[in-house]
Amino acid sequence: MNGKYLYSLLAVIVLSLVAYVGTALLRLQVFFGVIVPYLAMLVFVAMFAYRMLVWSRSPVPFRIPTTAGQAKSLPWIQRNRFDSPFTKWEVVVRMALEILTFRSLFRNTRMQLKEDGRIAYDLELWLWLFAITFHYAFFVVLLRHLRFFLEPVPYAVQLLGTVDTFLQIGTPVISMSSFALAGAVLVLFLRRVYLPHLRFISLAADYFPLFLIFGIAFTGIYMRYITKIDVTAAKALTYGLVSFHLPAVADMQAISPIFYVHLFFVSVLLAYFPFSKLMHLGGVFLSPTRNLPNNTRAVRHVNPWNYPVKVHTYDEYEDDFRDKMIEAGLPVEKKE
Amino acid sequence: MSDLPKANQLYHTIEHRTPATDWMDTPTVIRKGIYCYAANPKSLEALSAPNPREWNPVEEDWKLPDNWQEIIHKGFKERLEKFRSFKVFMDICVRCGACADKCHYFIGTGDPKNMPVLRAELLRSVYRNDFTMAGKIMGRVAGARPMTLEVLKEWWSYLFQCSECRRCSVFCPYGIDTAEITIMGRELLNLLGLNIDWIATPVANCYRTGNHLGIQPHAFKDMLDFFVDDIEEITGVRMAPNFNKKGADILFITPSGDVFADPGTYTAMGYLILFHYLKEKYGLEVTWSTYASEGGNFGFFTSHETMKRLNSKMYAEAKRLGVKWILGGECGHMWRVIHQYMDTMNGPADFLEEPVNPITGTRFENAKSTKMVHITEFTADLIKHNKLELDPGRNDNVVLTFHDSCNPARGMGLLEEPRYVIRNTCRHFYEMPANTIRENTFCCGSGSGLNAGEDMELRLTGGLPRANAVKYVHEKHGVNMLGCVCAIDRAVFPDLMRYWVPGVDVTGVHELVGNALILPGEKERTTNLRGEDLPGMEDEADE
Repeated sequence: MNGKYLYSLLAVIVLSLVAYVGTALLRLQVFFGVIVPYLAMLVFVAMFAYRMLVWSRSPVPFRIPTTAGQAKSLPWIQRNRFDSPFTKWEVVVRMALEILTFRSLFRNTRMQLKEDGRIAYDLELWLWLFAITFHYAFFVVLLRHLRFFLEPVPYAVQLLGTVDTFLQIGTPVISMSSFALAGAVLVLFLRRVYLPHLRFISLAADYFPLFLIFGIAFTGIYMRYITKIDVTAAKALTYGLVSFHLPAVADMQAISPIFYVHLFFVSVLLAYFPFSKLMHLGGVFLSPTRNLPNNTRAVRHVNPWNYPVKVHTYDEYEDDFRDKMIEAGLPVEKKE
Repeated sequence: MSDLPKANQLYHTIEHRTPATDWMDTPTVIRKGIYCYAANPKSLEALSAPNPREWNPVEEDWKLPDNWQEIIHKGFKERLEKFRSFKVFMDICVRCGACADKCHYFIGTGDPKNMPVLRAELLRSVYRNDFTMAGKIMGRVAGARPMTLEVLKEWWSYLFQCSECRRCSVFCPYGIDTAEITIMGRELLNLLGLNIDWIATPVANCYRTGNHLGIQPHAFKDMLDFFVDDIEEITGVRMAPNFNKKGADILFITPSGDVFADPGTYTAMGYLILFHYLKEKYGLEVTWSTYASEGGNFGFFTSHETMKRLNSKMYAEAKRLGVKWILGGECGHMWRVIHQYMDTMNGPADFLEEPVNPITGTRFENAKSTKMVHITEFTADLIKHNKLELDPGRNDNVVLTFHDSCNPARGMGLLEEPRYVIRNTCRHFYEMPANTIRENTFCCGSGSGLNAGEDMELRLTGGLPRANAVKYVHEKHGVNMLGCVCAIDRAVFPDLMRYWVPGVDVTGVHELVGNALILPGEKERTTNLRGEDLPGMEDEADE
């Protein structure tokens, strides 16, 4: 057993119990339904902005893109605009490919030392597949949840719900995104546990968000398909949170505790987000090896803290070697 | 090399296993064959670098200054504030593991701490402890650990098992570049005087004599004159290279390794032949410099400041000589420095002209600010405009494959230029498998100052992925020559090939040019620049 994921799993179980007991027994619906979500949102927004500000205000002394294709060179040499971008717009495309399609992960290979003495590097797209499934499923789930925060529900959100459920398997209709999210999280977790090298590098901080997000997906699916909570009452609270017209406490207490577990998980995720590796969401935009053009020889990059350094001048050099230079017939500045 | 088993046996002993202990509890062993000797204190003193002293990596006591932890902490903080790359890369890794099996040192040694992600975690763990709230509160659960002597030794060991090749950064979904991590880590180690001698002494030499090898001006000229004699013997043409010549059109700077040792010397002869040809045919004056007699920059493997101090000679000399622009020879990390750092740290080069090839009229738009052009860009342009008379048949004994050096490939995007020159000078050219060339190229195993003698096991295991791909084309197409545009490649590949792929030799691209280029007034050549018989000339040579 691995302490790192055990701790994380335990933490998530404790969190669920806290919210369940807190609402089912202690009747702290206002705390878990209002105070915690507001605080979590505040922490998320403030700290996310703070982290982004610190990053974006830190200097970029050198323009150091990783080039992954032919650079702009002689006019007759075919260049690779998006893996070795020269202009700002080419960088925008490179970044869009990275962020929207996980381009770099799509290059992934798996190395194998073969018995016959060959080393093979085969394309390995499982990580890409589960990573992109996870992210897009999460994104769709988030968008679908807009219906809990907007009134009337915009057509686009309704349409998304329809598209997401087009694989209608009996009733209730199934949202693919929820199951894709839970499934992808599960695979990403199993990958971490079963691949020895991945287990070796994984920290508790790698398991915790997976368990937490799985908890979110699980409670969400449970509410929708198993216990069938009172959606109208839940929406009264969620819409109340964004419109600052909260429902009566008695109405809040009528919502199933499982809803509060779900909401508490989400709150914890929000508050945890800016302090964790999940900040890759913001950081990916600021990675200097990806978001800079490969034009450093054509357009000078300025280092804001460039400072003068002590150098060995030509005069000092000639002073050291003048006689030998003269003897060898090399030109010198001073004959003596 | 004698300590190592035969190549075939070594290959089958490589295992990619993880120890039962957590990585933080797995002790670091600094082992013969893997580590490089400590910096000579005299070399550190020559640059006024901090904490010069005699010390030995395998001894318990590293004779560190009393406040070494404070020095590391302050140095870490300073670099987090000065480099967005460092700050962001400390924060955003998700440990997805995509980088793990992309590193040649991991592939070759099987040591899990050579996975790029873990190499970075060596620093990140201390970063979390010292600079993040989660790390301060939760400690090890948050992946944090304090800076101890064991951690310092672990840093030292693994930061000198990274060649800053950037292959991992191609595959990282956030572009996290282990080269950046290693660069910062080595800067921190240098604050404690913990450089390796194979870097520190070339740096000291370069500072004083202008080149890594410490060749003094008269000796530098002697060495080139020696090539002039050899070329005359082979071609019948006597050439007179310019040295430190004021008013020349172009200043040429290349790594000193090519002046010093085979097979780089043949590439240097190729340069001499090309420049003589251009002078005779078109009146172009190219000058060498004994002061700026080093293109490579081991300062880059020491600290940003040291890199800047050494590189300053290029512009200073160009200004003093009054040339129009600078031409750079075949070198790997030299070109990363020129392409991504030089103008920023040593520029602006407003005393030079925007580079134009006076023979073809081509403007090198991509170099208009830095004013330094890569020799394969220059030669490719000349060939494209039919300005060189070439006989590729003189390279018919060569069955070539081409190794993209890490830095030109991933720090510059110079991929097609050398291939164009190769295709016009050599008729038998085969590419290695796609996953091992261009942006996916594998390091020679000895980059970033790790090309010493004492770490041969590291070099040969780290070079395995490259050698293995060469072996593939050697067996499939009969490749007998590995081409490259890097002086370190030329210095280290002969050992690597002898071990893994006997029967493959090493050449620079401009050696091929030197052989193929038909000089005005030359005699019929019977041998190539190496003194080997040309195809069909075996009989003539014997007479």
